Amino acid sequence: MFRSIWSKEAGPSSLVGSLLLACALGCAPEETQPASDPNRHLLGGATTVFDTSQNAFGYAARNAGAEHRDRFAVGNSFFKQNWVTAPASTAGRDGLGPLFNARSCSSCHLNDGRGRPPLDADEPIIGLLFRLSSATDTRAREPHYGGQFQPYSINGVPSEGVPRIARTELMGRFADGIAFTLERPSYTFESLGYGPLEPGTLVSPRVAPQMIGLGLLEAVPESTILTLADPDDDDQDGISGRPNWLTNTVTGTRSIGRFGWKANQPSLLEQTAGAFLGDMGITSSLHPTEDCTSEQKMCAGAPTGGVPEIAEAQLNDVVLYSRLLAVPAQRDFETLAVKEGAQVFLALGCENCHVQQLLTGEAMEFPELAHQTIHPYSDLLLHDMGEGLADNRPDAEATGSEWRTPPLWGIGLLSTVSQHTRLLHDGRARNVEGAILWHAGEALKSKEAFVAASVAERAALVAFLESL
Amino acid sequence: MTRYRALLLFSLSFVPCGQLACGEGAGNAGYASVETDGAPVVARYGELVLSSYSNALEKAQSLASALDELGTVPSTESFSRAKAAWLASRPDYLQTEAFRFYGGPIDDEDGPEGRINAWPMDEVYMDYVEGNPMGGIISNSTQYPDLAPDTLKALNLIGGEENIATGYHAIEFLLWGQDSSPTGPGARPLSDYLPAESPSAARRATYLRSLGQVLTSDLASVRDQWVDSGTTYRKAFAALPVKTAIGLILTGIGSLSGAELTHERLQVAYDTKSQEDEHSCFSDNTHVDHVNDELGIVNVYLGRIGDDDGPGLDDLVAARDPALDREMKERMLAAQQAIGSIPKPFDQALVGDDAAPGRIQIKAAIDALKAQTETLTKVAKILNVPLNLE
Repeated sequence: MFRSIWSKEAGPSSLVGSLLLACALGCAPEETQPASDPNRHLLGGATTVFDTSQNAFGYAARNAGAEHRDRFAVGNSFFKQNWVTAPASTAGRDGLGPLFNARSCSSCHLNDGRGRPPLDADEPIIGLLFRLSSATDTRAREPHYGGQFQPYSINGVPSEGVPRIARTELMGRFADGIAFTLERPSYTFESLGYGPLEPGTLVSPRVAPQMIGLGLLEAVPESTILTLADPDDDDQDGISGRPNWLTNTVTGTRSIGRFGWKANQPSLLEQTAGAFLGDMGITSSLHPTEDCTSEQKMCAGAPTGGVPEIAEAQLNDVVLYSRLLAVPAQRDFETLAVKEGAQVFLALGCENCHVQQLLTGEAMEFPELAHQTIHPYSDLLLHDMGEGLADNRPDAEATGSEWRTPPLWGIGLLSTVSQHTRLLHDGRARNVEGAILWHAGEALKSKEAFVAASVAERAALVAFLESL
Repeated sequence: MTRYRALLLFSLSFVPCGQLACGEGAGNAGYASVETDGAPVVARYGELVLSSYSNALEKAQSLASALDELGTVPSTESFSRAKAAWLASRPDYLQTEAFRFYGGPIDDEDGPEGRINAWPMDEVYMDYVEGNPMGGIISNSTQYPDLAPDTLKALNLIGGEENIATGYHAIEFLLWGQDSSPTGPGARPLSDYLPAESPSAARRATYLRSLGQVLTSDLASVRDQWVDSGTTYRKAFAALPVKTAIGLILTGIGSLSGAELTHERLQVAYDTKSQEDEHSCFSDNTHVDHVNDELGIVNVYLGRIGDDDGPGLDDLVAARDPALDREMKERMLAAQQAIGSIPKPFDQALVGDDAAPGRIQIKAAIDALKAQTETLTKVAKILNVPLNLE
């Protein structure tokens, strides 16, 4: 079934042309984009690496020292190698599950890149997971399955079931008449191992995000993020931008969430320890007990791989690894198409959320990350992206239609690193163009301007994004 | 065709950059391009790879026969012969690891590396372990009635990723069993293969036999791609620009020297001090893995097949900078000596404080390998071949 969803949204085709003209006259390149900056393409400042191969996301910060490189290597090993069922001779690597989404970090973040949904019914689900919460109390986990659906299990423990994806094709047209299609996924859960899900369970699909530049984002001062926030839209530009305030469980302090599709983790340590427990069933100092619900008795009774299953030193090495994975440099930045695309990016107002330049502050024990001029194309804030993208599942202070602005660095290397170009929180967008077309809510005006733009302008914007 | 795609990908993906912490615009225009004199080295490399996989396959076939024999006539003698055949098969395979890490037939997107030599083993996924006497596929004839080679290949992929139910280490586990001994290897009893004493004996023997068949067919498939005829990978490799081919060759040995041998195999074990954080933990044969990985690097650099020295990277380097060639040879020798001096077994060498003799030697091997990797990046630079290593 095809149906048009864009008929009311196509604006006058001259819009972007006039915006571009206005910008060409009114915004000198020096003002809006420091084109004169010879290091502009160093997206991660002095940490930036130069590689465009399948391993482009796998390097340590270029300015990292020898000691950090050694620990990076150990972290890499524990990120990449499978965890195995306990008990095993490899005592430092056992304790998988009992319920899990993946056997290793890298099975979802393959080559430190992004996951994607399975594209046909036969393909096992890897790199896409589902967060669950109760319909009656949205702060609470689903009572029978917990906070996350885990389709796999060790031998002897029933798995939770099999997620299935159905897709609807949506059709639309650009203002110039060229047609496009988008894919809207919906989800069901089959072969359920622990009875039916609570009626009305809230489900949030999330693909594994790319791993680069995370330490730099962690090193952006909280005050910088707050400067970018405009929760009540005081400047009336239609863009709010809210921090996801939550409690840092390690320090006990109130912090801004930075990581995850809804910015629900304040630090890489918490993000990493959370993923070890939720995704692989590996306990750590932060999460010392397995996440089994009261109905999951075989889960609770299964042998453990020690208490905790990942030793503190190795947990810290994996955190260090994710902190130091470097951002590759921008490519083709001197071509005409990319330069024009950068202007379209500004003209469409993309930069209102995809903030081009940030400065990192102090970075305790990580001098390589401190005081870097970086170009993540993100404000790390939550924005309402409209009903089409909404998962309708609140997460800390994020509403069911808010998402964190995802960084755009590395986006052009996805096809090489991850062997796909799927984007957005659930991987529904087939490519960059599809991702832009799903923008709505606070980004509706920008999306409409994109729909109204000429073929050449659209192509230039895509060329620019793919140079990142 | 996927293999050619992978090749193309790599050939397009290099950027001008020539060292570990690499900058832009590296390269060395002052020396002759490898296009002028590199072709014999690329040709020789193809012969070396074919010869190495042929040797590995031959030893794997002997191993498969010995596993067959153990299954058919389980005895102290056939059990010993099977273990001896496994130990004998390892050096030749480890030497081929120098041909990994650039998306060749061994580890392109359909490459069998994960079925051949993946680690760590999910022991209780396969068989009983201490604390779970009825664990594993082998004990569970209801859920896994059939243990044919294709079934094991499929099981290896359950959950959408390598589950490590096949390969050298799976065979190792079924021969030695868990290594819970602080001093020696695992001590699986022969009774595990005697139907009168173990209810799973016949299924264990079947599993083992199937593992031998999967291993030999996988190695044969890789070997066949390096035969110089028809439309094999070898043909496509030979047709690459010389500079691209040399780049792949260097990526293989550079990655083995750095990320794999220095870091994954030594630094990780050194840091974790986890006794069985070693690749051949059941047989306590890990030191042989290290020595032969390094030998593989040396063979590639020298263009050496067995004792027969042919056109190698050393000739290209010596023609441009004889001192650098000497440095590379010295560093390879130092690495070989340092690795060879690690006390055996490896799981004993890595325990204790940093002043323990074993740990001092492991650290020395790590340092020697780092020096070797650093010199390899200089080799790439003088050959003006892009090389990014982590």
